[in-house]
Amino acid sequence: MSAAEADDSRPKPAPEPAFDRRMPLIPGDSIAGRALIVVVAIMTFLACLTAGSALLVAEASHAWRADVLSDVTIQVKPGPNDDVDRIVEKAAAIAAKSVGAANVRAYSADESRKLLRPWLGDRLDLTLLPVPRIIVVRMAGQSDADIAALRAALAKDAPQADLDDHRVWADRIGLMAGAVVALALALFVLMIVAMATAIGFATRGAVAENREIVEVLHFVGASDRFVANEFHGHFQRLGLQGAAIGGGTAIAFFLAAEGLSRWAANSPGGAEIAALFGSFALTLTGYVSLLVVAAVVALLTGVLSRRIVLRHLRALQ
Amino acid sequence: MLRFENVALRYGSGEEVVSDLNFAIAPQSFQFLTGPSGAGKTTLLRLMLLSLRPTRGAVHVFGRDAATLSKDELTALRRRIGVVFQDFRLLDHLTTYENVSLPLRALGRAESSYRSEVVELLRWVGLGARMNAVPPVLSGGEKQRAAIARALIVRPELLLADEPTGNVDPGLARRLLRLFVELHRLGTAVVIATHDLQLMDQLGFASRLVVGDGRVEIFAGASE
Repeated sequence: MSAAEADDSRPKPAPEPAFDRRMPLIPGDSIAGRALIVVVAIMTFLACLTAGSALLVAEASHAWRADVLSDVTIQVKPGPNDDVDRIVEKAAAIAAKSVGAANVRAYSADESRKLLRPWLGDRLDLTLLPVPRIIVVRMAGQSDADIAALRAALAKDAPQADLDDHRVWADRIGLMAGAVVALALALFVLMIVAMATAIGFATRGAVAENREIVEVLHFVGASDRFVANEFHGHFQRLGLQGAAIGGGTAIAFFLAAEGLSRWAANSPGGAEIAALFGSFALTLTGYVSLLVVAAVVALLTGVLSRRIVLRHLRALQ
Repeated sequence: MLRFENVALRYGSGEEVVSDLNFAIAPQSFQFLTGPSGAGKTTLLRLMLLSLRPTRGAVHVFGRDAATLSKDELTALRRRIGVVFQDFRLLDHLTTYENVSLPLRALGRAESSYRSEVVELLRWVGLGARMNAVPPVLSGGEKQRAAIARALIVRPELLLADEPTGNVDPGLARRLLRLFVELHRLGTAVVIATHDLQLMDQLGFASRLVVGDGRVEIFAGASE
């Protein structure tokens, strides 16, 4: 007998068990599991979309308000016998001397008329109309006291001049942006509630589906905490997958939208769109916020399922 | 170790399935639980396993009244009881090794701490070559031995086995019985539910708890 044959005749050693990973006690691959991944992915995408849109609106509103509030406008309405140029000169001098004024620019009569042309057209002789004269004052800050002092000074020495600090407009923009953000928050909360409900159904379904496993685990001495941890791990994995898909898609969506808005900015009318809706570009903080939303969704999936399983197991007692 | 006092059980508003059960399982004892099919053997085993609560009477386990136990205390007591189900109840997606190590995993032990222990037990029950096989590809006898190994891995003080030889040929049944006797000699109290008279006759020293008409009669075995 050859050495090789002698080797073959020896009893083969028993194969060592595969220790490379710990098999989850709750089987991962099920239709309900895949459905939950889809639900979590869609909900995460919608939640990120809502959060991102709210951030965009809030940022655009903040930038617009800051821009509007940095200027105040003095409007001089000429009376029948007034020397308008003198009043404008006087009002501009008062504005230049006021605290907080960084730059004062008085529009000439011709410049003031030009401002009306887009609305009234070129054919009308505007010299026949009592067109108000405009003085734009750029403020270094937005101190209410400075504006009140300027208004008081104008009322005293140039009563024909009205000061408009655009506060009414800014407040309306702020209110509108606040309403949009509040609506987005409400939608976000609703989505989280809907997702929590879906997770609740999926968890109860998984517990029912794996009832025998739960029973066996109890019989071999597993505590409720151990069983809940197993379900927690199971749903955490599903939640992570769903949140990664949904969050990743939302980030890709915002990146694509940013690219599109940049491309549109160079097209006719792009500047107007950008002025109205902003650049549609999230800041780095915005993208980090989307990642946080996705992480919270994943975490929520695990924590919620754990609580539901624990409650279910307590009820079994 | 385990004491039943006037225990009765009914499901819902039906008649009592078992009633006036009075008996005790002593430490390091060996007994067969027998009786005709449908007499209540499995119900009695489930009462012993504390998976059913009696509708009246008291079950004392390891000196504690089961009715007063919290869930955590119940879990702690269950860890001292090994159980072999008639239908094995192995988890199909886990390997034989993983199934047998399940009670140790449930205790929170690190896999490296029990690996050799589980491998040794699997070899002892003749499943050394089937460690990586999943239950659906195991034969009835292999499943039976895996279920027994799972019950033994925590070295229980009390072993409850429901028809552990019901699915195997007489030769394997004798070998499995020897396994239980060995365990009994190592200090475990063993309760085997069976209606196999030949099996019971092989162990004359074992007591017999005979269930009939919802009651239990006890026949002491011959001294070893």
